[in-house]
Amino acid sequence: MLRIQCPWCGVRDEIEFRYRGDASVVRPAADAGIDAFASYVYERGNQCGWQAEWWLHVGGCRQLLTVERHTLTHEIRSIRGTADEPAQPLDAVR
Amino acid sequence: MQGPGRVAQGALTDADRPVRFTFDGIAMRGLAGDTLASALLANGIRLVGRSFKYHRPRGVVTAGPEEPCALVDLIGADGREPNRLATTLALHEGLNVRSQNCWPSLRFDAGAVNDVLARFLPAGFYYKTFMSPGWAWERLYEPLIRRAAGLGRLRPLVAEHAAPAQTVHDHADVLVIGAGSAGLAAAHRLGASGLRVLLAEQDVVLGGGALLDERWTAWRERVSAAISGFANLRCLPGTTVIGAYGHGVFGALETLTPAESASCAGLRERLRIIRVRRVLMATGAIERLIAFPGNDRPGVMLAGAALAYLRRYGVAVGRRPAFFLNNDEAYATVFAMHAAGIGCAGVVDVRAASLAADRARALGIEIFAGAVVNATSGRNGLDGVSIVDSDGRRRRELSADCLLISGGYSPATALASQLGAALQWQEPVAAFSAQLDAGTGRTAGAACGVFGYAAAARDGERAAGSILQQLNCAADAPDARIELPPDPQSTPIAALWEVRGRGKAFVDLQNDVTTQDVRLAVREGYEHVEHMKRYTTHGMATDQGRIGGLVGSAVLAQARGVPLSEVGQSKPRPFAQPVPFAALAGGEVREHFKPKRRVPLHDWHERAGATFALTGTLLRPLVYSPQPGWDPVLREARAVRSSIGVTDVSTLGKIDVQGPGAARFLDFIYANSFSTLAMGRARYGIMLREDGMLFDDGTTSRLGPEHFLITTTTANAAAVLEHLEFNLQSSCRHLDVVLTDVGDQWAQFALAGPRAREVLSAVVADLDVSNAAFPFMAAGAASIAGIPGRLFRISFSGELAYELAVPASCALQAWLALLDAGRAFGIAPYGLDALNTLRIEKGHVTGAELNGNTNAGDLGFARMLKQSGDFIGRAMAQRSGMLAPQRQQLVGVRPVDPTARLRNGAQLVSVAARTSSLGFVTSSTPSVEREGWAGLALVEDGRNRLGQRMLAASPMHDEQTEVEILSPHHLDPHNVRVRA
Amino acid sequence: MHPESESQPQTTDAAPSSSGRFSGWRLLVEGLTGQRGWSRAWAKAAPRPRYRVVIVGGGGHGLASAYYLASRYGITDVAVLEQGPIGLGNVGRNTTIIRSNYFRADNIRFYDYSLKLWEGLEQELNFNAMVSQRGTLNLFHTEAQRDLFTRRANLMRLLGVDAQSVSRESVKALVPLVDLDNGRYPVLGGFLQRRGGTVRHDAVAWGYARAAARAGVDIVEHCEVTGIRREGSRVIGVETTRGPIAADTICLAVAGHSSRLAAMAGLRLPIESHVLQAFVTESIKPVLDVVMTYGAGHFYVSQSNKGGLVYGGGIDGYNTYGQRGTLPMAEEVAAAAVTLMPGLARLKVLRQWGGVMDMSMDGSPIISKTAVQGLILNGGWCYGGFKAIPAGGMTTAHLIARGEPHPLAAHFNLERFAAGRTIDERGAGPFPFAH
Repeated sequence: MLRIQCPWCGVRDEIEFRYRGDASVVRPAADAGIDAFASYVYERGNQCGWQAEWWLHVGGCRQLLTVERHTLTHEIRSIRGTADEPAQPLDAVR
Repeated sequence: MQGPGRVAQGALTDADRPVRFTFDGIAMRGLAGDTLASALLANGIRLVGRSFKYHRPRGVVTAGPEEPCALVDLIGADGREPNRLATTLALHEGLNVRSQNCWPSLRFDAGAVNDVLARFLPAGFYYKTFMSPGWAWERLYEPLIRRAAGLGRLRPLVAEHAAPAQTVHDHADVLVIGAGSAGLAAAHRLGASGLRVLLAEQDVVLGGGALLDERWTAWRERVSAAISGFANLRCLPGTTVIGAYGHGVFGALETLTPAESASCAGLRERLRIIRVRRVLMATGAIERLIAFPGNDRPGVMLAGAALAYLRRYGVAVGRRPAFFLNNDEAYATVFAMHAAGIGCAGVVDVRAASLAADRARALGIEIFAGAVVNATSGRNGLDGVSIVDSDGRRRRELSADCLLISGGYSPATALASQLGAALQWQEPVAAFSAQLDAGTGRTAGAACGVFGYAAAARDGERAAGSILQQLNCAADAPDARIELPPDPQSTPIAALWEVRGRGKAFVDLQNDVTTQDVRLAVREGYEHVEHMKRYTTHGMATDQGRIGGLVGSAVLAQARGVPLSEVGQSKPRPFAQPVPFAALAGGEVREHFKPKRRVPLHDWHERAGATFALTGTLLRPLVYSPQPGWDPVLREARAVRSSIGVTDVSTLGKIDVQGPGAARFLDFIYANSFSTLAMGRARYGIMLREDGMLFDDGTTSRLGPEHFLITTTTANAAAVLEHLEFNLQSSCRHLDVVLTDVGDQWAQFALAGPRAREVLSAVVADLDVSNAAFPFMAAGAASIAGIPGRLFRISFSGELAYELAVPASCALQAWLALLDAGRAFGIAPYGLDALNTLRIEKGHVTGAELNGNTNAGDLGFARMLKQSGDFIGRAMAQRSGMLAPQRQQLVGVRPVDPTARLRNGAQLVSVAARTSSLGFVTSSTPSVEREGWAGLALVEDGRNRLGQRMLAASPMHDEQTEVEILSPHHLDPHNVRVRA
Repeated sequence: MHPESESQPQTTDAAPSSSGRFSGWRLLVEGLTGQRGWSRAWAKAAPRPRYRVVIVGGGGHGLASAYYLASRYGITDVAVLEQGPIGLGNVGRNTTIIRSNYFRADNIRFYDYSLKLWEGLEQELNFNAMVSQRGTLNLFHTEAQRDLFTRRANLMRLLGVDAQSVSRESVKALVPLVDLDNGRYPVLGGFLQRRGGTVRHDAVAWGYARAAARAGVDIVEHCEVTGIRREGSRVIGVETTRGPIAADTICLAVAGHSSRLAAMAGLRLPIESHVLQAFVTESIKPVLDVVMTYGAGHFYVSQSNKGGLVYGGGIDGYNTYGQRGTLPMAEEVAAAAVTLMPGLARLKVLRQWGGVMDMSMDGSPIISKTAVQGLILNGGWCYGGFKAIPAGGMTTAHLIARGEPHPLAAHFNLERFAAGRTIDERGAGPFPFAH
């Protein structure tokens, strides 16, 4: 079970958050065309390894976090809010 | 005297407190502190059950949770509870248990015929037969197999409320699992550091193996006393850690003693969810069996179990024990039984010589060194063993009433494996062990192959020290004042897994898996340990193969001709111990399964006789009548069409959007434009998903230049908020906008019907609500019955209508004022059903049409899409498949025969080809506007079919109704009424 | 080691590949001769340097595809490459349910074809996979759910597929353990597909492997694909831990890991990997004769022939390749179980495990050619892969052999995403965690 250290609320269980997918996927410009949007909406790297991903703290501060997590071991390497504050150092959790 | 019985005072039993219990209908007596197994043995009972497949007689094999054979049905207050372990079931007054898997009786079991036929029923035999004739599997073979399978019998007596259960959340710095010498020593050191420590021990008392050694009593008592003095350390006896879930999360099952249970209103277990920074696993090692012919006969038992029965309960498992072992540690039982005055039939030690054997010999005990047991005898219990020398030449028979075996000890690595620790083969102890990475914690003591209580204690202290260092805590030196009794010198184990001979040698005693089964699996190619497990069912019983798992792997390794280290063990999964559903479920069951959300006026609705409908967790008034059927619904709907009605729409989602970027944000979120919305106006909006499908709809009002109020559908309220937050904080981060969920803060009512304005003007005294001053889609602040609120002129019913919002705390006051004002016009509160009738007639969509597979074009909203500017879903809505003419489009349907009814979910087929569906009825209702039923439907190319006839087919109701395809707007297509 | 316990190492490749025909008679004969006559169910092949078709993944779909290629389409120059032993991925970790109750006509036809193939599977494979058509019962607790189920059942019946509605009272008669009122989401009724049921999952992998090997397919275990070799825009072979293997056609049938393998060919797929958990209880005498689902709590359950209740719930909701369970899910599903069937309260749960699913972006599978010539994908099965094994295998074999999609699986193409023709049974949208 994941425990995610929200920069605003502290360490919380995964059930407080909603996963919003791969954070490396960027919405194309409005005129980028259907193919670019299809790739944005549907295609994913689906890394087996480190992945930056969105987690929305719906059961807490409602802030969107960028979490770097290993998709096999579930180790979390860094967590940032979307504001520009630096990544919080983590007590290693595995 | 022969057979088991009580010979001494046990450490846990109280000779002054006899306890009566019943086994298979026979009344017996045990002592307080006994387990069922110890009490049965004290009563001389050796035969306690029948095995799964061959129905062989079985007795008690272990003294703990690893027991494969001594399972019973417990007949209790909750009904008949299957598969309780006699070895952990605490004896209490009136305990009533029955043996399992036997008929007509335990002694004479008809199922034992399987044992006679065993040669035809090897592992996996069912994959090779029962295939013809084709029909016979379900009708003949499978029912027979199903009835034969299964151990215990579940016959629940369900009380009015589910059995009480508790979930407890624990937080600490370090969790120590296991309170043997390693765990106690570790907890002692950790506790002294001031860290918050939890010590979980599956046994009801602390001490682990050291409990069974009198030399350790002083140490155990001193350390236990020291530990109980730490305010920062909590000790949890009777608590098994059942799973390791990563990120420092562990699940544990605490089983209450009968006394605790009685003082907690019958509570039997607690599920503990433990969150810690580090774990110290001092889970010990589990003694394993040896596979030899007849190793399942009642009376064959693990040597360590016999010691436990003697020390803990004062029970001798036999009066003339023989031993079969391969290690020095197991001699502790030999010495203890000797000291208790029980004459030993002899010790069969596979090794040629050992220090422990020498010590035994000095006591006058006969040692058969370099020999093995290759057979046992006895009908429903052991009466003799056959011994053969390693060279196969000399054979002897021993008369004995029990055979105590030990094949060595396997570190309990299951929890560590769950955390990804790799198994390491340790040749000196002939077992696998596992070590955790430092960021997770440490394993210590026998759990990582360090045997001997003193050595384990020192290892526990060391492990505690390294965890303290990891957590940057001052690591004081261990308390030297508490002296450790020295471990005896010992001769190493000689690995022994199997003795071949005539007869079945079991590696899994519950599932009846033999060494021959394992070899058959290899012959057939099921040679990977996971394949062998699945093919033979080895290790899949309730005991999860704890005492025979490695033995099965070893037999597999031999058959394959590869080292055991290469074969490994099958992967352990949670749970470490079977967990009752009740404990996992906790208190959130039945009426508490999901929270119930109620609208502010819930009590009023209830008093008014409403029946309620569930939307997710929300309760909404469906109709104000207990009467089933359409009549009360149509009465309410008719009141709206003819005069005035009022309904509670508080469940709609409401999101307050404020900030300089609010208008631009909404333009991006909605497919239609909101920056063009004037102050004091409301607009219907549609929201798409990024894939171009419709997501949600609702009206949004502009309350100020930078202030909007969104309403969402009830079902999507949370999803829309999440959608908005996500987009605001990702693709719209440049916008200065704040979202606030105000869904629960505002109660909202729709006042609908031709007399709406007249009723309204009575409650909003200081506002001109004339059509000119407050036209259709106007919105603004208003004082409602003296309450500062908001007024919106919007209509879902298709009638002249207003929605009034007041702070939730004032809901009743406003609602009563409306009813009061409407009384003269016969105002009727109406529920969800009437609302649905009204909106279907009007052609408004809800979840049945906004089903996640419809786009704006499908529902006739194409013209609402903005022509310029980006918005969510814009690009994907332009894909060819989204514009294809054969897409299903929203239409109205009406039966051609006005007496015929419609069915939601009826398929629409063309009158000619009746087997391919062109669409389906999404919503339907008897009409109040005109005679007969009205419905909405999604039909391929529907807008080009207006005026056509189709069949609405509902084979589920044996109905086929001819319908006409119409515009979805069954009434007032030009919106005359809403603008009146 | 003790001399008596020693055995001769088996000569592993000397045994004939065929294990002979299985029958009750043979079992009898073998019983009298010490079960000595059985040999390997499938030969442990060493990889040859080239094949006409290489199928990556020795799970249900890979093995079934190979079997049908050889038996139906006459292509036997086929290798199935599996990184470990066969059958230990999702085919060996699922809750063993088969059914064909879907919302869309094309899906009903596909899954019902699968059901028909299941119905004849034992005779086809000469391996008893215990296809047990005990019925699947879906309970509903709201009018909206009833409407959805009605719509689905109506379409099934129109297409000639069995479906029936079940009253509250009949639900109770079918499953006496159900508490119809349960205090929270009272059961209003149910829908039953009699032909639905369960199959012994491991036996499906073994049965197809045995039949495929007998038909001439090489089943190569412990052979991990580490690269996909291309020449221009077409595939020419794979790199493996046992050396390079050339092939004209490569089919990926590695659901759970499709993205990883496709990335070796430079493809990004509309798939995320998510874990779905399953549980099994201790075994007890029969208490449940149908497969039952309860939408109020994402809960489905059946009782295996061995006596254990096999059950599961929803997915955890985030990408993962870790085949493990979580505690919140164990609690949530157990709460649903005890709510619906309070009599289970004292039954004990033995094991919890997870399987890694290919969750596709529309919740439907992909059986399709890809942008890389000669590379075929069978994946994206979400939680529906097991029941689809026979039809998935057959239609994949068709696609490989004929170069064009099987009519029953044509809609499972990869182009549907860009074309706006997604197959979204639940209407959940492009969110894999929502399907």
